[in-house]
This record gives sequence, structure tokens and C-alpha cells, in this order.
Amino acid sequence: MVETQTETTAITEVEKPARLFVSVSPHVKSAETINKIMWTVVACLMPPLILSVFIFGFQTLIITVISVASCVATEAISQKLLHRPVTVKDGSAVITGVLLAYIIPPGVPYWMPILGAVMAIFVTKVLMGGIGFNIFNPALIGRAFLVATYPVAMTSAWLLPIRDASIFKYMGTGVDAITTATPLYVLKHYGIGAVIEKFGSLASIYGNFFIGWRPGCIGETSAFLLIIGGLFLIYKKYITWHIPVSVIVSVGFFTWVFGGEKLFTGNPLLAVLSGGVILGAFFMATDYVTSPNQKAGQLFFGAGIGALTVLIRLKGGYPEGVCYAILLMNTLTPAIDQWFKPRRFAPQPQEGAQK
Amino acid sequence: MAAETLATFPKGGIHPKESKELTEKLPVEVMPPPSQVRLFLKQHAGAPCRVSVKKRVMTTPSEERLFLKRHAGDLYQLLVKKKDKVFEGDLVGSVEKGLGANLHASLSGTLEGVENVQHPMVGKAPALVISADPEAEPRSYSSVDWKKFSREELIARIKDAGIVGLGGAGFPAHAKLTLGPDVKVDTLILNGAECEPYLTSDHRIMVEHPHDIIEGAKIILKILGIDYCAIGIENNKPDAIEALNRAIAQDTSKNGYKIAVKPLKVKYPQGSADQIMQSLTGRVRPAGARSSAIGIIVQNVYTTKAIYDAVAFGKPFYERVVTIAGKGIKRPANLMVKVGTSLADIVDYLGGTTPDLVKVVIGGPMMGFSVSTFDIPITKTTSGVLFLTKDEVDTESYYPCIRCGFCLEACPMGLEPNNIGIYVEAGRGAETEQFGIDDCFECGSCAFVCPAKRPLVQFIRLAKMKIRESKKK
Repeated sequence: MVETQTETTAITEVEKPARLFVSVSPHVKSAETINKIMWTVVACLMPPLILSVFIFGFQTLIITVISVASCVATEAISQKLLHRPVTVKDGSAVITGVLLAYIIPPGVPYWMPILGAVMAIFVTKVLMGGIGFNIFNPALIGRAFLVATYPVAMTSAWLLPIRDASIFKYMGTGVDAITTATPLYVLKHYGIGAVIEKFGSLASIYGNFFIGWRPGCIGETSAFLLIIGGLFLIYKKYITWHIPVSVIVSVGFFTWVFGGEKLFTGNPLLAVLSGGVILGAFFMATDYVTSPNQKAGQLFFGAGIGALTVLIRLKGGYPEGVCYAILLMNTLTPAIDQWFKPRRFAPQPQEGAQK
Repeated sequence: MAAETLATFPKGGIHPKESKELTEKLPVEVMPPPSQVRLFLKQHAGAPCRVSVKKRVMTTPSEERLFLKRHAGDLYQLLVKKKDKVFEGDLVGSVEKGLGANLHASLSGTLEGVENVQHPMVGKAPALVISADPEAEPRSYSSVDWKKFSREELIARIKDAGIVGLGGAGFPAHAKLTLGPDVKVDTLILNGAECEPYLTSDHRIMVEHPHDIIEGAKIILKILGIDYCAIGIENNKPDAIEALNRAIAQDTSKNGYKIAVKPLKVKYPQGSADQIMQSLTGRVRPAGARSSAIGIIVQNVYTTKAIYDAVAFGKPFYERVVTIAGKGIKRPANLMVKVGTSLADIVDYLGGTTPDLVKVVIGGPMMGFSVSTFDIPITKTTSGVLFLTKDEVDTESYYPCIRCGFCLEACPMGLEPNNIGIYVEAGRGAETEQFGIDDCFECGSCAFVCPAKRPLVQFIRLAKMKIRESKKK
């Protein structure tokens, strides 16, 4: 509380309030609050969850609920233990929970998101000082931790999209579900020919992948719904186009240049629609705390994410690189904010010329 | 209306709720003189007045001299005997030397002496107390033809009248119009933006006295020896724009002066000098320079009317229109009050406050000062007093910075309020000059947009203080 409450000593005879608030100006503020922004982001992330239930079955919902609940619980318990104010109501832990669930495969055992949540919230966020002080995107650290600890489950628990509308199909089957491979895995190890063989003609691949009808992490498959959510955030002015567009353009560009057998023969559209590019571009790279503030810096940041993603996809050990690309660029954010400063209104007097 | 693109400034700015509907249609209402006024000796930028009255009431015996403590710690003399009679419009305080403005009695009555009175911004400050003589007749002024005056005489009349910048800064008007020999000015801007929410005093003056403003503009143009004047008005005051346009059209003695009304886009802080100069001329004032360095003089529209009253009627500035608004006052109004009238008297006159009043602000909600008592007199620069209820103000606690960058977008000066706040919280306020804190005029746009509700202006003031402290060492 900034305001100090002071007893009024008015000499007036008329009725007067018991006390008046006194504070430094401004005395009116915009209606936007952290809570409102965070819960709007949560709402924008809901359509892909609903779709995922129809694509992979009911357990995507269960995994997401477990992830959110453990993120919120981790934050509340750790803040209690550290004697800090409990801030779970602001919705940021819920976002972390949803995003963590969205970037793990749908076929993992149900206890796995709990470990990821502890890593994401306790280590990455609360220990760093809470909201506003984390260096890395919490959900991505949670995923990176799980990939490092349970590489088999995290890279093979993919499920085929359900075609017969039996949404309870994979319930409780865990890792032993009918596993498949992601398009990026097939592309990396067997080439574009194998992708077409497995997922149909290029035209139908574009269509299916755009809607979300493909193997992948829980919330990353539907470019369509993610873009709708992202556009809503842009419309609300909570994020700007700079980071999402630069990430997507950069992934497409570098894939086109280096992704084919020869230079300039890669397939940019396939690269953008597969993996976590759209989810990362709109919902993870745009995280306020871990992304640069200036528009120019944001373009640089997004372009860097795209370049690193393509580098990891083409030359690294993993088929997908969005997660690590964002985490690597997170480390550069303070430096980017130093490089790109706002342009001042007034021309500054020369050094030494001032009196 | 023609599809003319409205002039505005490109960088930053915000759109707070205007909240002007409470008073914008209310004609100015004259409040009956209160039983007492208290006139601060410092109502303006510069040094406080030296108290003085005309010879006929001045007494010389040294034991009757009152000694007053000035804020800097030195003493100056009060050359007036207690219980002297003064008349409305009498000079009671004068500029001694340097920057300052004259002070006039706003009531006819008895001079009770000097008291330390609660000031809206600076704590307690010395003020002359005059109690009213209920029998006294209001003073009237007769007009003279101002065109016969020379430039020096015009400036002298403005100086005599004690006019200060009524937009808020309170810079003495005669000093602003007295230019050095090497200063070349080509444009006069009359600032009628009134971009602060709630405030409508300038608005009502423009609607009700457009001819006075145009005449005032011509006086200033004559003083400056130039012929171009642009009147900048935010587009949410169509009646003011129309009134001034009509007054210009009806004016038969233009003498070659080019006076034009320029509607401005509604965007806070459009009325800031830097922003309105850029909006209307495209010129940008270099950091640390005065506006005359880029060939422009900016005067508030109300100041311009006061200049007209002073020059054409010889009327000193001792009463003004104050917007009394907010949901916390029973009857909002645009009140013509005597300078020195207590808030308590105004509240009384307007029927009291509502039970849900939580904050009283002198000035606008973006840059005004909140006060904890009604025992505060109106000054020459008080454009409004807002009585705000819980649903109008923000009384929430604040969060850590989440680095959303909203403040960087909002800042019209291109500064980094986020980093200033973070540095201040880390106890490093003295190191914030790198973020451009010298350019900050505390418009409050950053704190307005902050979703974490951080008191950024408070952080900035603290940082400025720390910088001053560290420079002293």
C-alpha cells in the first residue's frame, strides 16, 4: 500500500469523510491489471485444450488439470513456506500450468506434470523472487527438465489423432498407448518423402496440421486456434505482433534456405505448422518478463528464436527446437534491452556542452 | 466537419476516461465572497512576494513590523500593520527582484496578518489573511483602449496585475513575454487543450469569453512583434472551437494578425508544452532549452483572457474559475472564486460531500496533488478541485514490475519509467539519470497504464531527490 491514510482536520461544519487517501499523482489509472491480462491469456489458451480432447482423447484434459493444479499448489505452498504473500490469484501460475501441459506429449503418465510444475514454479519462478523476477519462461524450464529426466516418455509418448470420435480411447494407457512419431521426427530422420507417405499429400498435410489433426504435444497442434487466441491478445493490445511475426517469419525463412537438400529448397510452411512454432511464437516468446521491451529488440529476439529453432531442428539432436531456442534467447533479453533503447523525445545536449 | 486530420504528437500518450461530462455544460457560476481569504505569498514560479500595501495604510514603527520565515531560512519583512483595511484589487504583495508576481487582495476587508497555512504542494507556507467586510461593494473596472499602449506599457500592465501561467506551472506571464534581444520568436500558441480529465475551467472560459481570448492573443502578438497565433484545442470541445472560430470571424480589427483555431486529437498529455508545440508546429524543444529557443511562446487560453482583463480593464488577477467535480461532491460546478477561498467554504457552498468520498485532489487527476484536509486555500494556479469516490480512484496495492513495457509505449518523452522504478526499489535511485529522468515532467502516463499499478511517478520523484542529494555531495 503506497497511500498513507491521514486523519482530516477539516474545519468545515458539513459532513466530512473519516479519512482521505493521499498519494502521489496520477490519481486515476487504467482498468488493465496483471490479473486481467493473465486470465485473458488463460481464456485464449482454452480452445486448443478443447480440441485436444477430440484429437487425443480425454487424458489431455486430465494432464492439463493436473499440471495447473500442481503449478498453483507449488506456488501457494512455496510462498507460504518462504513467508511471502501468496499470489496465485494473479493467474500467472495457471498460465504456466496450461503451457506446461501443452508442451508435453499426450501419452505421458499422469504424475509427470507434477514434477515439471515443481521445476517450473518453485525453481524457475519462486526461488528467483516470484512474478517479474524469473529469467526463464517457467513452463519451458519445466519441459526441458522433463525431457532431460525422462527422455523416453517425453520423446515417444505421441498419440495418433483419433479418427473414430472415441475420446476415451487412450484413457489410462500412459506410455504404452499406440504411439507414433511426430512429423518433425519423421522429417528429421526419414526426409520429406516419408512425411508425405505417413501423413498424406502436402496439401492435406497443410490442411490437417493447420486445424490440428496431427501427432504432437497436447496444445501445440492446432495452428488455427492458437492464431485466433494470439490475434485476440494483439487486439486487446496485451501483446504486439512483433515477436510472433518475427519468430514465424524467421523459422520459415531459415527453413526455406537451409531445410532442403540444396539451399533455398526447404519447406517453410511445413516447418511453421509442425512442432511448437505457433504456440511458442504467440504464447511463450511473448512472456513479458522474459522478452525484450522495445519493438526493435523484440524483432531481434523473435528472429533469434527462429534461427535457433531451425539450427536445432536441422543440426541438433532433437527433432524440435522451439523450447530451447526460446530459453536461449531468454538469457539474451537483458542484453537486448541494453542494445535497443527507446528514442528520446528531445535531442539531448552534447556531453560536456551542458554548463 | 471536414475530414481534416487532427494535429497530434507521435510518441506515447494515453487515453484516460475524460470524465468532463459532470461540468462541461455548466456555465461559470460566481460564488459569493467568503468570510475570509488566505493568500499565499508564493502563488507562482520564482520568489515569494514581499508583502506591501499602499502608503496610506503603511506604518513605519519598527515594533509593528512582523518578521516572517521564508522557506530558504532567511527573514524578510512584513511592512504592514495588522488590522489594516484593504480593498478588493489592492496590491498587498510585490515582486522585489528576480522572478515573481504581484499579489492583490481578493476581498475588501481587514488584513489580519500572516499565518502559516497548509499548501496543496509544499506543506505549510506563509499566507496573508484577510477577513471580509460584509458591507463592501464589489470593485468595478472600466475599459480603456489597449491599442494606445506601447509594448513596454503592455508588459508593465501585465506585471502589475500579477498574472501567472494558469495552466498549472504558474510562470509569471510578464517574464515569459519579456524576451532577450537575441531571441527570435515567430509563433504564439494558445494552449486550450485542457487534456486533464475532469477539468473544464479553460473550456468554459473559451465558450463564454472567446472575444476576450482573441483580444488577449492580439495583445501578446503585439508584445512579441509577430503576427501568427495558433489556438490548440482538443477535439472533445467542439463548442469551444466553434465559439473561438466565430469570434475570429466577427473580429473586424485584425490588423494583419493571423489567428487560427487548430483542433487537436484527444490524447493525454496533449496540453503539455512540448507536446502541443510538436503537434502544432512539428518542432521539438531540445532538452534543457526554453520554448522560445525554437521560436514559440505558449500561453494558456485562460492566462490570455487574464492578460486581456489586465490590459484593457486594469483588473488584477485575484479571482478565477475553478472546476469542482468528481462524484464525491454534492453539486459539481465551474465556480468563479476569490483566490484564497478555503476548500471548506467551497464544499459548504456546494452542499457538502458524499459519504463515499475517498480522495480530494487539487488540480487534475493525472498531475494534481491529493490533500488530507479541506482547510486549504485556492491559489492562482488551482484549475480544479476534485472530490473522488472509491470507484473513481485507484487505491490498490502494487505488484513487482512484470516488464510488460506498457510504460515505455506510453511515455511521451521516450524515457524508461520501468527501469527507474526498479532502480529506486533497489536503493539505486541516484543512478537513474541514464534513463532520461531529467526530461520527465511527471505527466503520469506511465503510472496510468501500468498493469502492476506501480507508483512510477512517486518512484521518479524519489529518484530525482536522490540525484539532487548525490550531486550536493
